[in-house]
Amino acid sequence: MINVDEIRKDFPIFKRFEREGIVYLDNAATTQKPRSVIDSVVNFYENHNSNVHRGVYRIGEEATELYNRSRENIAKFVGAKANNIVFVRNATEALNLTASGLVSVMGEGDEVLVSRMEHHSNIVPWQIQAANRKIGLKFIENGERERINWKLIEENLSERTKVVSLTQCSNILGTINDLNDVGMHLHNLGIKFVVDGAQSVPHMPVDVKKLKCDLMAFSGHKMLGPSGTGCLYGTEEILNEMPPYMGGGEMIREVYEDHFVSAEVPEKFEAGTPNIEGAIGLSAAVDYLRKIGMENIRDHEKEIISYILKREDELNMDDLVSYGPRDPEYRAGIFTFNIKKKVEGDRPFGNEVHPHDISHMADKIEGVELRSGHHCAMPMTVALGVYATARASFYIYNDMKDADRLFESIQKIEKRMIVK
Amino acid sequence: MTDDIVYSAIIDEHYQEPRNFGKIENPDEHIMETNPTCGDTIAMYVRIGEGRIKEIKYVAKGCSISVASASILSENVEGKPIENVLGMTKEDILGNLGLKLGPAREKCALLSYDALIKMIKDFKSRNPQ
Repeated sequence: MINVDEIRKDFPIFKRFEREGIVYLDNAATTQKPRSVIDSVVNFYENHNSNVHRGVYRIGEEATELYNRSRENIAKFVGAKANNIVFVRNATEALNLTASGLVSVMGEGDEVLVSRMEHHSNIVPWQIQAANRKIGLKFIENGERERINWKLIEENLSERTKVVSLTQCSNILGTINDLNDVGMHLHNLGIKFVVDGAQSVPHMPVDVKKLKCDLMAFSGHKMLGPSGTGCLYGTEEILNEMPPYMGGGEMIREVYEDHFVSAEVPEKFEAGTPNIEGAIGLSAAVDYLRKIGMENIRDHEKEIISYILKREDELNMDDLVSYGPRDPEYRAGIFTFNIKKKVEGDRPFGNEVHPHDISHMADKIEGVELRSGHHCAMPMTVALGVYATARASFYIYNDMKDADRLFESIQKIEKRMIVK
Repeated sequence: MTDDIVYSAIIDEHYQEPRNFGKIENPDEHIMETNPTCGDTIAMYVRIGEGRIKEIKYVAKGCSISVASASILSENVEGKPIENVLGMTKEDILGNLGLKLGPAREKCALLSYDALIKMIKDFKSRNPQ
């Protein structure tokens, strides 16, 4: 089991949190960084800083070795080999690279299937490519409490579907989708399978071999690593098939006036000097998570969300509306809600609290840091029939007391803002 | 000036009972503005005559700050020469709210102001003196 008090000691920012009574609940956006990650970045700059893959001098060799070892370590964390991992800035960049690469080998009229609960990063890159290449983008119109599984996917396939790209865990509903046998089925049909792992890789054991996905995107900064880090996992076959994304240094083997020859994967997709200290920091983050154990992390968050859903039922507040599946077995540590009167009427104000006001007041009243808005998931937000929601998202350093503080702030805001 | 919306009487008053809320039929100018970070929207309508704002109305869907800010703005500009309105600065708007806001929430406060300035500029380009 996780010892939250001990974990907090590893995170320097908790000194400030304790001093000011801050409860940080925006972990789906980005996570805090432990001392070991911060130290690894500082250590690189203080002792090994130089460019990678170039200098044959001593610190150049050291930097290259640290960078390569980081890739290997991160790859192992998701069940992959170093050559399967492309370093990018974040999951968004990984998905842009994916869309650009896959669509370029698709034909006119071919289709990509996504779901309504996707993050904009798994929608807009496809839309951009679709407009250029005349391919179709189709949506699984999943319900708010519905879990995506093979049956639902199968119902939405057409003869033209060439790619299925789905999130393993929704950043707005907290739904953990059932993708277990999806890869196998899609392979049998010759359809490419892309997984958005931005909200799953940091929170539960994820193994690309078990998922049988062709590509998977995830972010480093959402799993204790530095900002500006992320990865694209790809099978050797697909990474070889996709054309380079950006051109420049690092990604080439030979350049002539009339053509070029790409470097091997993964360097083929890494134009320019990479975020070296970021990769090293992400590797330290992976070490930290491994030490705690991904099963333990998932269990911890399951316990927190179970508690939250139970408290929500017990309190039975008239004005609290929350979204997402109710079964903790397939619900991540994400609680998205609104405070509004469940009444019909045309009075524009006084019967709902805008999520911006919720997060502003939760901060001022209780020091509870929530996110508000559409959480980069506008199609799902619209499907919920609202234009914004407030969201609390939990991680390894949060506990039940934080959940209590969340409900205290919700109750205070309701009392203050709802006109009875 | 306070930095706390929780205890701001001005915001509360205008949020609960926004002034000039509604629509103008056949306005001289109208506009729809949105705040992409939170999805707040405002539809604003004006009638302009003799170089002055004769009437201003809006339908706002948003947080307390964006609604209250629109309400306060509408009270402040009604009857004013449009040149004076164009001379108003963002600082004036934030000052009228009596709040110290961070960059994200400043956008909420300035949504109605941005909408009004755009409408006046459109009006002027369509009706050159």
